[in-house]
Amino acid sequence: MRRFLRHGHDPVRERLKRDLFQFNKTVEHGFPHQPSALGYSPFLHLMAIGTRSGAIKLYGAPGVEFMGLHEENNTVMQIHFIPGQCQLVTLLDDNSLHLWSLKQRSGASELQEEQRFTLRGPPGSPPSATQITVVLPHSSREVLYLGTESGNVFVVELPSFRLLEDRTITSEAVLQRVPEDYRNRRSFELVEALREHPRNPGHILIGYSRGLIVLWDLHNKRVSRHFLGSQQLENLFWQKDGHQIISCHYDGSYAQWPVSNDDRQLEPLESKVPYGPFPCKAISKIYWQTTKNGPPYIIFQGGMPRASYGDRHSISVVHGSQQIAFDFTSRVIDFFVVCNADPAAEFDDPSAMVVLAEEELVVIDLKSAGWPAVHPPYLASLHCSAITCSHHVSNIPLKLWERVISAGSKQNSHYSDMPWPIDGGTNLAPDPPQRDLLLTGHEDGTVRFWDASGVCLRLLYKLSTVRVFLTDADPNDNMNPLGEDEWPPLRKVGSFDPYSDDPRLGIQKIYLCKYSGYLTVAGTAGQILVMELNDEESEHVVDHAEADLLQDQEGYKWKGHERLKARDEPVRFEPGFQPFVLVQCQPPAVVTSLALHSEWKLVAFGTSHGFGLFDHQQKRLVFVKCTLHPSDQLALEGPLSRVKSLKKSLRQSFRRIRRSRVSSRKRRVQEANSKFDQDALQEMELAPIQRKIEARSAEDSFTGFVRTLYFADTFLRDSSRHCPSLWAGTNGGTVYAFCLRVPPAERRMDEPVRAEQAKEIQLMHRAPVVGILVLDGHGTPLPEPLEVAHDLSKSPDMQGSHQLLVVSEEQFKVFTLPKVSSKLKLKLTALEGCRVRKVTVANFGSCKTEDYSENNLAILTNLGDIQIISLPFLKLQIRYPCIRKEDVSGIASCVFTKYGQGFYLISPSEFERFSLSTKWLVEPRCVVDTQEITGNNYLHNKSGMEKATRKSRVIALSYGERNSRRIHVGHGLSNGGGK
Amino acid sequence: TTRSPCGTLETKGMFGAEFRRFSLERTKPGKFEEFYGLLQHVHKIPNVEVLVGYIDIHGDLLPINNDDNYHKAVSTANPLLRIFIQRKEDADYSAFGTDTMTRKKNVLSNVLRPDNHKKKPHIVISMPRDFRPVSSIIDVDILPETHRRVRLYKYGTDKPLGFYIRDGSSVRVTPHGLEKVPGIFISRLVPGGLAQSTGLLAVNDEVLEVNGIEVSGKSLDQVTDMMIANSRNLIITVRPANQRNNVVRNSRTSGSSGQSTDTSLPGYTPHTVQNFHPEEDDSDEDDIIIEDNGEPQQIPKAVPTSESLESLTQIELLHDSTQNGFIPFSEVNLCHSAGNVSMEYEIHDPDKKSLEDGAIITL
Repeated sequence: MRRFLRHGHDPVRERLKRDLFQFNKTVEHGFPHQPSALGYSPFLHLMAIGTRSGAIKLYGAPGVEFMGLHEENNTVMQIHFIPGQCQLVTLLDDNSLHLWSLKQRSGASELQEEQRFTLRGPPGSPPSATQITVVLPHSSREVLYLGTESGNVFVVELPSFRLLEDRTITSEAVLQRVPEDYRNRRSFELVEALREHPRNPGHILIGYSRGLIVLWDLHNKRVSRHFLGSQQLENLFWQKDGHQIISCHYDGSYAQWPVSNDDRQLEPLESKVPYGPFPCKAISKIYWQTTKNGPPYIIFQGGMPRASYGDRHSISVVHGSQQIAFDFTSRVIDFFVVCNADPAAEFDDPSAMVVLAEEELVVIDLKSAGWPAVHPPYLASLHCSAITCSHHVSNIPLKLWERVISAGSKQNSHYSDMPWPIDGGTNLAPDPPQRDLLLTGHEDGTVRFWDASGVCLRLLYKLSTVRVFLTDADPNDNMNPLGEDEWPPLRKVGSFDPYSDDPRLGIQKIYLCKYSGYLTVAGTAGQILVMELNDEESEHVVDHAEADLLQDQEGYKWKGHERLKARDEPVRFEPGFQPFVLVQCQPPAVVTSLALHSEWKLVAFGTSHGFGLFDHQQKRLVFVKCTLHPSDQLALEGPLSRVKSLKKSLRQSFRRIRRSRVSSRKRRVQEANSKFDQDALQEMELAPIQRKIEARSAEDSFTGFVRTLYFADTFLRDSSRHCPSLWAGTNGGTVYAFCLRVPPAERRMDEPVRAEQAKEIQLMHRAPVVGILVLDGHGTPLPEPLEVAHDLSKSPDMQGSHQLLVVSEEQFKVFTLPKVSSKLKLKLTALEGCRVRKVTVANFGSCKTEDYSENNLAILTNLGDIQIISLPFLKLQIRYPCIRKEDVSGIASCVFTKYGQGFYLISPSEFERFSLSTKWLVEPRCVVDTQEITGNNYLHNKSGMEKATRKSRVIALSYGERNSRRIHVGHGLSNGGGK
Repeated sequence: TTRSPCGTLETKGMFGAEFRRFSLERTKPGKFEEFYGLLQHVHKIPNVEVLVGYIDIHGDLLPINNDDNYHKAVSTANPLLRIFIQRKEDADYSAFGTDTMTRKKNVLSNVLRPDNHKKKPHIVISMPRDFRPVSSIIDVDILPETHRRVRLYKYGTDKPLGFYIRDGSSVRVTPHGLEKVPGIFISRLVPGGLAQSTGLLAVNDEVLEVNGIEVSGKSLDQVTDMMIANSRNLIITVRPANQRNNVVRNSRTSGSSGQSTDTSLPGYTPHTVQNFHPEEDDSDEDDIIIEDNGEPQQIPKAVPTSESLESLTQIELLHDSTQNGFIPFSEVNLCHSAGNVSMEYEIHDPDKKSLEDGAIITL
């Protein structure tokens, strides 16, 4: 009676389950959300990024990644590596310091928090006395110098964080020998900069906010040089030889100070306002990098003319007569310059500049002419334009893979070919077991192809659908081309561009056939594009057809957006996926489901009004079916009416908030008056959150919304003959099945494809149908189109009777075919109160037995749980909590792979990767070793991958029966460039 | 038999196997007591306590036991008022007020067999319109007296379920003393809805279970989804806000529910709804299939195979056999078959009867 009680404990099955299933969150792909700090170790060649939620992430050579999380979840303000150590110190916004170490365990390094410390002043002192403003890890590795708001510099011992009180550099001690008149002007100064002398570790440079700079002699505990600056100080930099210091200031100037024998320096050697003469913004950080042959590189952040360019996020690079102000798409958090790290080297010889902006990481090659950007192998900004959907394709044939990469490389020609400059650590992870593509659809009408095979999610190729349409903003016209003599010499860098010209271009559904190279994408305004991969550039007219989904529904007016206007003239398409046919739904509602059958050359699409089938070989609409309930005004009118109701509910909730706020204020004012008190309480009680309990009905809104489409070659009409079929499931719990007649290949162009409705199943519980699947005679899901043709899958069993699996949000049901009788079911919502949000068939291999694998359903519920359910008997195998149930966008973004991995967005810019499989696990495994590191390894030691000693871990790399057949792939791709 | 001019009503009374025909003034039917006396007189059973029922225009057997339903019976009879009279001690209350579309034959056969012993119910519901199967209280004998398990029959009615639930908190007695715990409560009843019209649910009743699954630890949205998923056969266990109308168990009930000793409070397991029949749970199994644009049909069950999980729920059960919670206890956790379940009505072997008595739950 209770299914979950029934299948008690079968020890054999339990053991097998342990060999098959295991839940791990393995790696975060993409760009950290809300970065707040940047650190770099020239010694380890590692970069660290801190975030506002207290995470720190370390990156080195591709594949070398570490992550740590501060318990406090406070903003990371600063990150400093300890020179010559695998250690770093972070400063949080609660003024706490944390020491992290990279520790080796069983051959791989792990990031661990070791110590934490909060600087405390004597009792009764103001908090500002110990509020840390700057941190300087001394090259002796023994102490940290901590500059504070009070102007004192405290010294703590490492790694114990013991405060060395006798070594504190008080502002009184510093001010002792400062001229009287200069001192008087300065009542209170905080420490703005601390820099160790590049040649003499016994001296540190202290910069105070009002402009005073002193060189402090650590041994004699006295000021050895004074630099009496008069401008508000922002930052300091030592020249490599230690003969000069550079200060940068709030007024947009920077100054050079000679370190001569004079005890007091009243004026700088030279002071400059690079973007004057009008008032400029502050220069907040500056680098002065010497080169062997030629002028130095002067690199500074900010300093733009306040009035006209004050809103730019810029970093300027000046090298002799060359000057460029790199203009970033978002606020610059911090930057560093990669240069010759050898302390004994005579010159800096900078090679690259690494800039962490709020939304992306930009690396500039300073060695190549023109200073091109370097294509980052990781930290990709997934959210360049907001992600609207994703699609994962496992095990890409080599041929298709190479063609996608080749199409992408033509797009990336503007990037520098410099090897990735941040190359610390060694990647130990085994090579990815297969080539996987993750396709993301974006709001701006683009589809990005990511290499999702390994730890580094790398952009391979970007496809834009915009060209097919006439839009207001022509992508070709450059808004403001910069002239030669433009000043300041701004150059836009980065790809973050969250502003969509036209929201109708947004991509909603993607399907890629990895065997044929056919790709179909569908968008917000009812547009469906079918594309094929072409290695050559092409200029052609995109055929277009209209699908009127309302058919005989008369007298309704679509109040949503208009459909996109297609271009009638030939359009030039770059090599890659090129559209050859466009279908536009009428009304142009968002496409809610999409299916492609590359063998039959058919594409099916659905919206809130119905669905249609298009023959992309003959470029002919086969049929449309309206699924709309005539009374469903909401779906008919389009999104606008929804907006209205949302507005209404928003208004109501604001009213409720206001009411409760008013009442609480009331309470405060009239505390004595208990009558008012009660009124307020009553009012609050009047507005609790309630949920209506009502059975679903056919008249509910959006019942016609097509949720899923599925092609199957199965026994639809009788048990002796199978035929192609199309299945559609709606929000109202209806499943439609159409029998298709596809002409044989030799007459494919001559005869039309025919379709006839064969069945309609109305699920009584009327819950939305989210998945349809046909199981063959062995209970195995039917293979994908062309999978068998390419010899990559066993032919389905057509002897035994087929079964139909219908997954609704509430339950799973198996029906017999061709006569539809219910056979099995598993209730989810009635028993657990959760609903199915995502469902997929995944193949799970055993980590113990090489050739054992089985197909199961992987589902994600609205509570963020993942469940694995067996096929074909629908038994719950295991359940894992994965996503917080409040994280609605995370749950909505989740995509499963065919081998039990998955991705979901943890922020607009980051995918969390997880694995349900014991066998298919992609996670970073790397080592950072101080012993290996020599003083002058700044030369790019190729990628860590190559020198990696491959201590493959115990992940069995055999692919199981089905997969081993996949190894001789490659030639499988039919060259689909036949246009 | 008296033929009457218009204004009189031809009436046919049946007591046991005997028929009596007589006529009544349609416009002046008089009081129920007079009518009751008349029946005793006509059937020559002056000192026998009887239950009176009639067949209404829908063919339902409805009781006549007060002036209201007596007048209703007279005013709606067309053309003939059929009266059924049963000895009170033999009366089969389950025969009343049920959906006669499926039940007619059983109703009659039960009524006609006075030897089919049934226990008296404690609540005599009198208004005829309440005799639609809209709701029932079930499992009274196995639940704590402070709880009430209510079944709402959405099936067959077009009334909305018509209630809302909200978050709240309730006080529980725990080993550590009184503790405030979050709970789910009924927040509103829609006038005219199923929930309100049954009178079994009220605002501020705490929801404890939905179809046998405890709701504690579940969010409002989860409970909402569970209720909607079960909406066609919703069984809610509540702790009524008003504890004065609780069913009080007494010696009479314990005699009739043979299992009351081992289902009493300490052994009470919240996860078993005694009257929870898988086949009725599958009332939502009535998926409809339309083949080749033909007529809609209900989807049949596949013939169960030996390894099929569903074999336990492969029962074509007559819907009537489980009305109002009358179900032999011995059946509850067993594999049902059509023959078994309708036993209650079909088998009238006096020997078997005593055996069954102990296994019948009575309201």
